[in-house]
Amino acid sequence: MAIPLAYNLRNLTVRKTTTIMTALGIALTVSVLVAVLALVNGLRTAFETAANPLNILVMRKGANAELTGGLARSVFEDLKSKPGIARAADGHPLASLELVTVINLPSVQNPEGTNVTVRGLTEVGLELREHVKIAEGRWFRAGRREVVVGKSVAKRFPDAQIGRKLRFGKGEWDVVGAMDAGQSATNSEIFCDLNQMSGDFNRFDGLSSALVRVPDAVSVDALINSINDDQRLNATARTEQQYMDSQTNSAAPIQYLGVFVSIIMAVGSSFAAMNTMYAAVARRAKEVGTLRVLGFSRGSILTSFFFESLLLSLLGGVLGCLLVLPLNNVTTGLMTFSTFSEIAFNFRVGPEAMAIGVAFALVMGAIGGLFPARMAAKKEILVALRDI
Amino acid sequence: MFRYVPLMLKNALRNRRRSTLTILSIAASLCLLGVMFALYRGLFLAPPKPGQELRLVARHKVSMTQPLPVSYEARIRQLPGVREAMVWQWFGGVYKDARDRRNFFARFCIEPDKLFRVRPELEMPDEQKRAFERLRTGAVASSDLAERMGWKIGERIFLTGDIYPVNPELTLVGIFKDPNTNETLFFSYFYLRELLGAGPRGDMVGTFQIQAENAEAVPRLAKAIDTMFENSTAPTKTETEQAFALQFVSFLGNIKLYLMIICAAVTFTILLVSANTMAMSVRERVREIGILKTLGYTPGAILFMILGEAGVIALMGGALGLLLASGMTAALRQGPTFVGAMRTLSITPDVGALSLALAFLIGVGSSLIPAWNAARTSILEALRDSG
Repeated sequence: MAIPLAYNLRNLTVRKTTTIMTALGIALTVSVLVAVLALVNGLRTAFETAANPLNILVMRKGANAELTGGLARSVFEDLKSKPGIARAADGHPLASLELVTVINLPSVQNPEGTNVTVRGLTEVGLELREHVKIAEGRWFRAGRREVVVGKSVAKRFPDAQIGRKLRFGKGEWDVVGAMDAGQSATNSEIFCDLNQMSGDFNRFDGLSSALVRVPDAVSVDALINSINDDQRLNATARTEQQYMDSQTNSAAPIQYLGVFVSIIMAVGSSFAAMNTMYAAVARRAKEVGTLRVLGFSRGSILTSFFFESLLLSLLGGVLGCLLVLPLNNVTTGLMTFSTFSEIAFNFRVGPEAMAIGVAFALVMGAIGGLFPARMAAKKEILVALRDI
Repeated sequence: MFRYVPLMLKNALRNRRRSTLTILSIAASLCLLGVMFALYRGLFLAPPKPGQELRLVARHKVSMTQPLPVSYEARIRQLPGVREAMVWQWFGGVYKDARDRRNFFARFCIEPDKLFRVRPELEMPDEQKRAFERLRTGAVASSDLAERMGWKIGERIFLTGDIYPVNPELTLVGIFKDPNTNETLFFSYFYLRELLGAGPRGDMVGTFQIQAENAEAVPRLAKAIDTMFENSTAPTKTETEQAFALQFVSFLGNIKLYLMIICAAVTFTILLVSANTMAMSVRERVREIGILKTLGYTPGAILFMILGEAGVIALMGGALGLLLASGMTAALRQGPTFVGAMRTLSITPDVGALSLALAFLIGVGSSLIPAWNAARTSILEALRDSG
């Protein structure tokens, strides 16, 4: 027969201070883990929502980042006419040649200057990015020195406001619009006209990359293989999604650091939980004896104390998640080695991260509760009752 | 006061299991705290490494991915206070297979005749230096790299370019000693230019390394160089090599803030663990404290004893934690890292002392409330307590 759970609950509430202190220790450990998961999660979302599964990114063979993509204009002309590329209603191929570079603008936090990605593209490039919408103002016009800024850029750079001018390349550019790209990393970019930009940066032939669209999911691999095998192009193709996934790796060092920290903290918290449970067992020796006299088996005593420890850690886990919750949707920035500019994104405390946090807490509770529970169950009735 | 010390130690060891668990718990937290402190010190407070004091790096104001005209070098060299200036170009590229992390090491294009003047801390036999200057396709590797790769002089090294669309075919002509134990391969910038052929690409470089004549010249030079190119199409940012290296760390976000948050969380955890232990321990001993008081122990003595007990436990946990931390930093030093500071990560005496002091303070601080309560309890009440 099992000992009612209410018995454990009451025990936890009777010794409030001890319970809360132990649970808080576990909560802090959990919150470190969940915060790191939320950071990585947010970064992943920013990159994943920027990618369309039907888009393929083409760069020069050997290049791993758009910044060093180095795709030549002549190669693009050949690429554009490849069979397998989707066409718009009016017949032009959905292929966009782009130039990506980094500029330095004074920001709110850093008047010395923060790096921002600038992308030069043509109208096709906008067609290929359905997730990007104009939020204020209008798109830039071809052949003009006009830029449209992402909403995170607008937020962080005082100069990046509609009606103002940005200085980069060979002169000033008018800010004519702000774009909203949902949760995606595109919010941290500035868009402008490809040909204007290539002139400003003396990049007439060696541009960065090309984005092409395939008509359906089946033809993705076929086009990638066909581009990779084409000796004439000397280019590498991958899906936009693969490229964005590899960008998420830039958070790997933080992820390692966070997991390392939380595991060591968990070791400490497990010992603390063990301590609390041993004390609980020691104080309740008489109770344990009484329960045994009433007919509860050793097994049910073991389960009862084990459950109590799990309850304690569950409380800690939930507390830990609550502690991190205010972080949800807080914006943070991270530089990446492939963009050399800062990507703004939001912490995302999602259900998975919280589930992992609670599970992590339960593991701590299980480790901390097992030995004390065994000790309680092993007590001889007479010895236990005699105990003061 | 010190005659209470034996009693204090006895009390600390009285519930062995609890003390052990507490010590282990504090040790785990303190081990982490020690590693974090060491990391912080290594990243932000370390003195310049050998050879770094007089070295400056000039890059494009935006980032090192934006190129500077190679002609800047001659203009920089003319500035008073410059001992030597040299092209310093990250080549990147792939050696054998990029998926294997062991194939990752730094590859730079430099000027062979100036390398050892800009980086005087590197040591290489003279005949190898001459061979490096003579052979255009020659390369030199640090002894750490050569050892790990099993390279000998004469080794053929083939790289595939990613930033540059060229594939250098190099021959190892020298192995130099680097006191900073970096894993680096250097080859000639002129060879890179030759491979690139005519065109604007070869005339642009990523960064210049500058060796100043003396320490006074360093800040002055940084300003002078940046002013010289301020209004050109490629403005520069010149900073000490140490500051330059720190920007790689800043890519990981606000590391300072992360480290501080983690340290705060860990410190608070230690506080909780220690407070909890002392509260439990005092609760069990109420009657005993009553007896001590009957025997004439003053509240002050009792306060001191309990605080001391907490301090002893925290110190023991702290010492064990530091031991673990030094083991952990030794392990981290061996791992593959891209931040140079990780190679010299260790628990230095100042880090150790700081962590121990913190542990002691937390231990004593956390037991203040239970100790105060115990000291205040009246004899009658304490003796009536059933435990």
